[in-house]
Amino acid sequence: MLYNIFIDPFVQMAQMPDLLVQTLWEGLVSGVLYALIALGFVLIFKASGVFNFAQGIMVVFSALTLVGFYDKFSAAGFSGHVAAFVALILTAAVMFVLAMLVERVVLRPLVNQPDIILFMATFGITYVLIGFGEMVFGGDPKQMIASELYLPSGSVDVEMLGGLVSFQKIDIAAAVIASVMIVGLALFFQKTRIGRALRAVADSHKAALSVGISLNQIWVIVWFAAGLVALVTGIMWGARSDVSFALEIVALKALPVLVLGGLTSVPGAIVGGLIIGIGEKLGEFYWGPLLGGGIESWFAYAIALLFLLYRPQGLFGDKIIERI
Amino acid sequence: MSFKNWLYALSAAAALTLPAVHGAQAQEESIYVPLFTYRTGPFAGSGTPIANGMHDYLTLLNERDGGIGGVKLVVEECETGYDTKKGLECYESVKPKKPVIVNPWSTGITLPLIPKAAVDKIPVLSMAYGLSASAKGDTFPWIFNPPATYWDGFTQILQYIATQEGGGIDKLKGKKIGYIYLDASFGREPLPLIEQLSKELGFEAKLYPVAAADMQNQSSQWLSVRRDKPDYMILYGWGALNATAVKEAVKTNYPMEKFISIWWPSEDDAKGAGDGAKGFKTLNWHAVGADFPLLADIQKHVVDAGKSQVSSKDKVGQVLYNRGIYNSMLIAEAIRKAQEITGKKAVTGEDVRRGLEGLNIDEARLKEIGLEGFTGAVKLSCADHNGHFSTFVQSWNGTTYEKVSDYIAPMSDKVGPLLDADAKAYAEKNAPWPARAEACDAS
Repeated sequence: MLYNIFIDPFVQMAQMPDLLVQTLWEGLVSGVLYALIALGFVLIFKASGVFNFAQGIMVVFSALTLVGFYDKFSAAGFSGHVAAFVALILTAAVMFVLAMLVERVVLRPLVNQPDIILFMATFGITYVLIGFGEMVFGGDPKQMIASELYLPSGSVDVEMLGGLVSFQKIDIAAAVIASVMIVGLALFFQKTRIGRALRAVADSHKAALSVGISLNQIWVIVWFAAGLVALVTGIMWGARSDVSFALEIVALKALPVLVLGGLTSVPGAIVGGLIIGIGEKLGEFYWGPLLGGGIESWFAYAIALLFLLYRPQGLFGDKIIERI
Repeated sequence: MSFKNWLYALSAAAALTLPAVHGAQAQEESIYVPLFTYRTGPFAGSGTPIANGMHDYLTLLNERDGGIGGVKLVVEECETGYDTKKGLECYESVKPKKPVIVNPWSTGITLPLIPKAAVDKIPVLSMAYGLSASAKGDTFPWIFNPPATYWDGFTQILQYIATQEGGGIDKLKGKKIGYIYLDASFGREPLPLIEQLSKELGFEAKLYPVAAADMQNQSSQWLSVRRDKPDYMILYGWGALNATAVKEAVKTNYPMEKFISIWWPSEDDAKGAGDGAKGFKTLNWHAVGADFPLLADIQKHVVDAGKSQVSSKDKVGQVLYNRGIYNSMLIAEAIRKAQEITGKKAVTGEDVRRGLEGLNIDEARLKEIGLEGFTGAVKLSCADHNGHFSTFVQSWNGTTYEKVSDYIAPMSDKVGPLLDADAKAYAEKNAPWPARAEACDAS
């Protein structure tokens, strides 16, 4: 047994290095996509202190809206790349309207209420979006308009290390787009005036208000940004599978990333996503068979908890010392 | 109390009582059929077309025929989201309305209903899903799972593989067969059979469980497939698991002609993977398409009349829509048989249980229904609540599924003794399991 746990997986890695590279690549792609989902949570938490339970359904809603708009255009005789990009812009507009509605109908009336009330309100948003989405789009799975959005298909197969490593073009595109988005958001947070305002709101609502920052405006911006993150997430995951309400549970994959990276750290979401993505793939592939397989979903939490044993404040969190 | 007050009290009592009487009469003149469905949640992709098929058939009977035997059906959906907890809440909410049958549409929901069915006198129809051993009518008089069990399906796939290898079942010896499945009650159901048959037939089974949370994230499982190089892959998936599995198989360059599923994948599940999915195979026992008189009637009386929830007309006739049609055909014919046995119009759950045991839908009856050539005859009995009917293999051609094999009977010699043993083990584990007290009508 000890051999199977501590020796055999490494022997396999040495014997089949091509599969090791493939596993690391799959982990990297998953990790970047997890980071993207986690970023949606982090953005809203930083600005409003709310853990947005609705982030998962926002992924579904945005993807369904995109495909829904495109279907309407197709039915009217307009299809192809232009229709797809018009649908994309309209979907972004819908996410902006959603952000405004959330701010106006949910957040503004609940300002200064305890965080748990705001958290529960995001449950309400979730169920409203599920019901509304089901009513408008139905429950049938739909195909993501990947090729219409110029997302590539097929694979790049590279012979290396005595085998074949296959890089799916859609995965390469997903990794690149997600990375660009993550870097863009990080720069936005660090370098722009609105970004600084967002960070000020995250530190203290009252202090931010006292220097003239509009809380309402910041909330709209941050929910819109989270909506755009959800849209990109929906496109990428939808292209890998299909566009259906099942995408909602993909958001659960962000939870161990948040445990590891923290709810307030953008770099934490990125590095946490990569550690979880690569860790769970290696765990499932090399150690999964010892436990009957299917360990991926809980193995991610095991990795996160193991890290927290040594670094309880998370990857990039500050050690909080309270003097009593 | 003054006379005036008495008068008021009497009027109030009459006002309260009259609707109740009317309600009772209305209830007596109708048959309540709840449908447990899931049009939302992660499994809605599979649940929605089935719900549409089931509902549209029963709506047709109300609209075209005025119900069954002159009695209207009261059809009500309860959304379970394929969640066992919600399914049990649905069951408790419909129970007081005296349903004549329940269709859980989830193995996870079916399992806890098995002991309840006999107590509440509500038959459970778990059509080709649920506990395989519940086919044994002597042990499970209230549970019905025609036309084939998950165990039957697995042996049918094995036999198909053997024919592909050019011979009898002995051709499986030395083969490596991968089994990728939803890691839930449904996907785990055939595991004891796989363990047994792999020893008896000499094939190596490789298991690839997929948690519900990872349905759309199966790259690890397919990397393992690439490492293990199974000769054939068998899929027991549901919802988004099927679409993702087909895409991952294409991505891994797994030969699609060697990828065979149990009867649940839909057209959408294969379509998403593009041309690479051509050759993907599934079991089935009924036709695909809408070229049947009954489906034409549904189009006319239900879909065109705006009484269906289908998102577009071309959904009528798709695999899972027709699966819902088949399910409601069994419900309707069981009610009809119950009316015939009892002479009553407004039958109860106890009557419909007898109707299910006496179910005999032969070719002539299928023609009367408007489903000639749609499926094979169905005959159940008191001892056999499943029938263990043959299925065939259909292959995805890029547009639709085409039948590519003859009908394949299950390996009853292998499955039968295991079902007996499993039914016995279930009764012992749930002791004191009641001995069958229900009389048998069937000849």
